[in-house]
Amino acid sequence: MPVTISIPAPLRQFAAGQSQIVVEAKTAGEALDQLTSTHSALRRHLFNDQNTLRNFVNVYLNDEDIRHASGPDTPVKDGDTLMIVPSIAGGAVIESEVGQSLPELSNEEILRYSRHLIMPEVGMQGQRRLKAASVLMIGTGGLGAPLGMYLAAAGVGRIGIVDFDVVEESNLQRQIIHGTKDLGRRKIESARDRLRDINPHIEIETHESRLTSHNAMRLFRNYDIVVDGTDNFPTRYLVNDACVLSGKPNVYGSIFRFEGQASVFWAEKGACYRCLYPEPPPPGLVPSCAEGGVLGVLPGIVGAIQANETIKIILGAEDLLINRLLLFDAWTMKFREFKLRKDPKCPVCGEQPTIKELIDYEEFCGMAAHQAPQPDAKLEEISATELNARRLRGERIQIIDVREPHEFEIARIPGTKLIPLGHVVSRMNEIDPEVETIVHCKAGVRSAKAIQALKRAGFQGRLINLKGGITAWSEDVDPRVAKY
Amino acid sequence: MIRITQELLNQIRAHGVRDYPYECCGLLLGRYGADGKVVKETYPISNAREESAKRNRFLIEPHELLRGERYARNNDLEVVGFYHSHPDSPAVPSQYDLEHAWPTYSYIIVSTSAEQASDLFSWEQEPDRSRFNQEEIQCQ
Repeated sequence: MPVTISIPAPLRQFAAGQSQIVVEAKTAGEALDQLTSTHSALRRHLFNDQNTLRNFVNVYLNDEDIRHASGPDTPVKDGDTLMIVPSIAGGAVIESEVGQSLPELSNEEILRYSRHLIMPEVGMQGQRRLKAASVLMIGTGGLGAPLGMYLAAAGVGRIGIVDFDVVEESNLQRQIIHGTKDLGRRKIESARDRLRDINPHIEIETHESRLTSHNAMRLFRNYDIVVDGTDNFPTRYLVNDACVLSGKPNVYGSIFRFEGQASVFWAEKGACYRCLYPEPPPPGLVPSCAEGGVLGVLPGIVGAIQANETIKIILGAEDLLINRLLLFDAWTMKFREFKLRKDPKCPVCGEQPTIKELIDYEEFCGMAAHQAPQPDAKLEEISATELNARRLRGERIQIIDVREPHEFEIARIPGTKLIPLGHVVSRMNEIDPEVETIVHCKAGVRSAKAIQALKRAGFQGRLINLKGGITAWSEDVDPRVAKY
Repeated sequence: MIRITQELLNQIRAHGVRDYPYECCGLLLGRYGADGKVVKETYPISNAREESAKRNRFLIEPHELLRGERYARNNDLEVVGFYHSHPDSPAVPSQYDLEHAWPTYSYIIVSTSAEQASDLFSWEQEPDRSRFNQEEIQCQ
């Protein structure tokens, strides 16, 4: 089929000055091959070293971009016209990311990544991008575990890990990057060893510290992408703000019981976490996983979604979770999605931001006041050891356990009465106001609330909070009581 | 060599300052001649676009270029190059610019800040794509 290719003005010098050239071809790709075999100097301006069209070169068949048809295989017929149109690049922002030449892959790496390489969406170019990329993971807990393992396996060239914890028995139900042999080890070391075992071709950088307003900007500067695997609000806002201020994408995930959330917060391209949640919830309203529990496989799913989106960002994929909040319910096995919008009034990424540097996030989330001992002397406290001593002395006291029945089944302090927090006021008459009352829960937060609620409801007896809850009892008094 | 009037250069600078901190961009319309290019008009693109478009990898999408080319043709002109701004960075092309350019076109880059446009240079790609050469601007 004779088709006409119109040659853009700047390339005519490579086509003997012609503005239109007629070639015989059945497809658009064939037409371009014909053209560049006759005028070989044209080829390097249209195709890259991998023999695919350069990404800024667009080919239109009668006004339709062939990328929207069948690409080079788009059939052409007699009389069709092909136009070659460039897109014009700019972007001082992305130059640092794309400008460096990408690292080569060794034969070992080519073999290792072959399932990636044979997909055109990744290919050699994409795999080299992965190798050139750097990702900072905040936390190596439930979310960080699958995230780190998949990023390492995928060949992300440099992975930074921030954590300050040690591996505990109760982590192993979901934090599959750590194993039983790692109990008591520092998490960053255990994670580093696991990731190295998965992929020796990548670099792992460990940062043993809590992420703070003082170190966040310095840490983030050295990475392309930050992935938030934290479980508390102060750090979540800190990660968000530091990402906005440093222009990095923040791949977000969070989990609670059976429900997970995921999104990509990237202020340059869409909403940030603050656009979605301008203010943190009041302290204590949203329980942590330690208090509320979490299905072990849930962070596996959400963390894997975060890994997926991180890899897509590196590959330059479209359809990221930008401006989209994905909600997942593991119990009903349902995914839902909400559209997010950038808030023009957002204090950190809006049009007139008021937050221009990192703030005190503990204070912002009301945690400082929450965690410090209450200056309000009304809340009386007792330590587990002291409580034990009083019981051994045979003092007349009653102990009320305000945890849930299923927690009571896991572990209990002998001789206590169970009244879950939600019922404590309605069942107030079951507590004898004449006897001193010790109230306890798992860690001491819910019991303090129960005391407040009882006092507000007019309970007259003396109420004392067990500091550290049943956990402290297990640690300081009776190790036979299981910790959970 | 590229010939352009002071007035058009001022338009480019003003556009750069107006779009700061974003990059501005536009087409240079004119004619190719034996002794270089002459710019007759600028054709601003970025300020006509949606906010979302500013986030694209490319400053000028092919359909926008096609529209500009159509306009040029109707006015007996051709696209002889492009201009864009580098907010808070020097007016020199990046490696990224190099990989996404063609020879012959003029690529004018203007360095901008919130208050003013400073350096303005024109660049032309070496025919073997190896580098950019600074192009003489003859101001008329």
